[in-house]
Amino acid sequence: MIPLSWYLILAAGLFSIGLFGVLVRRNAVAILLGVELMLNAVNINLVAFWRYGDVALMAGQVFAIIVFAVAAAEVAVGLALVISVYRRRNTVVAEDLDLLKW
Amino acid sequence: MTGEQIFFLIVGIVTLISGLMVVTVRNLIHAALWLVATLFGVAMIYAILNAGFLAVVQVVVYIGAIAILFIFAVMLTRRQAAETGASVNSNWWLGAIAAVATFAGLFFLLKSWSGFSKTAAAIPSGFDAVNQLGDALTSANGYVLPFEVASVLLLAALVGAVYLAFNKK
Repeated sequence: MIPLSWYLILAAGLFSIGLFGVLVRRNAVAILLGVELMLNAVNINLVAFWRYGDVALMAGQVFAIIVFAVAAAEVAVGLALVISVYRRRNTVVAEDLDLLKW
Repeated sequence: MTGEQIFFLIVGIVTLISGLMVVTVRNLIHAALWLVATLFGVAMIYAILNAGFLAVVQVVVYIGAIAILFIFAVMLTRRQAAETGASVNSNWWLGAIAAVATFAGLFFLLKSWSGFSKTAAAIPSGFDAVNQLGDALTSANGYVLPFEVASVLLLAALVGAVYLAFNKK
């Protein structure tokens, strides 16, 4: 049998990789790719806790599905914003988008 | 070491390596394709965890919709075939330190938890996870409210995305 710790370590690693991507990438689309990795790491944890707790309580799977829906909404709005910004400013590099910076 | 553990290790390592490629590779189309590999690895992790329905949803929603949306966004926002300039910002080492510190912090926090290395109980015979999940999502005693809120959120995101990306000229 696989102990719970393996899943938790895998999820922590995937979350840290996603965090690294969010913090260091310059392209706004690449930053959203990092966010997807972090959401997937959270989902692994939710499903692992469902399986290793009481399987009759479906909260872990239900909230994994809610995370799917939120991730789809986030990507749709995020990429629409990126495309809208690209049309006006002709760039998708995050550090060039400093209109709100004083 | 059992066959299940060896399979988990292979899938986990492939998932982590493709995740690392997503955040480091220069070409964004390649990054999106590595994301597909990572998402497929996560789907296999769900399958190992006896969550077959979530594994299918992962492939359909994440790989079928979200990854394709990323590839479209990359193609719509590129000026030329090759990316210009550095792919990471000048403070990348600070980001690396933050990521390693997050991993170490999570690891030691989880290690001090008593249930860290517990193993799963066998699934009771006759237990139908998909049936239970459907009941939980639609019964008033379950999670029907979060389910409806998620549907309203998707509608709002749909309207918002169309409005934002609509070309007014």
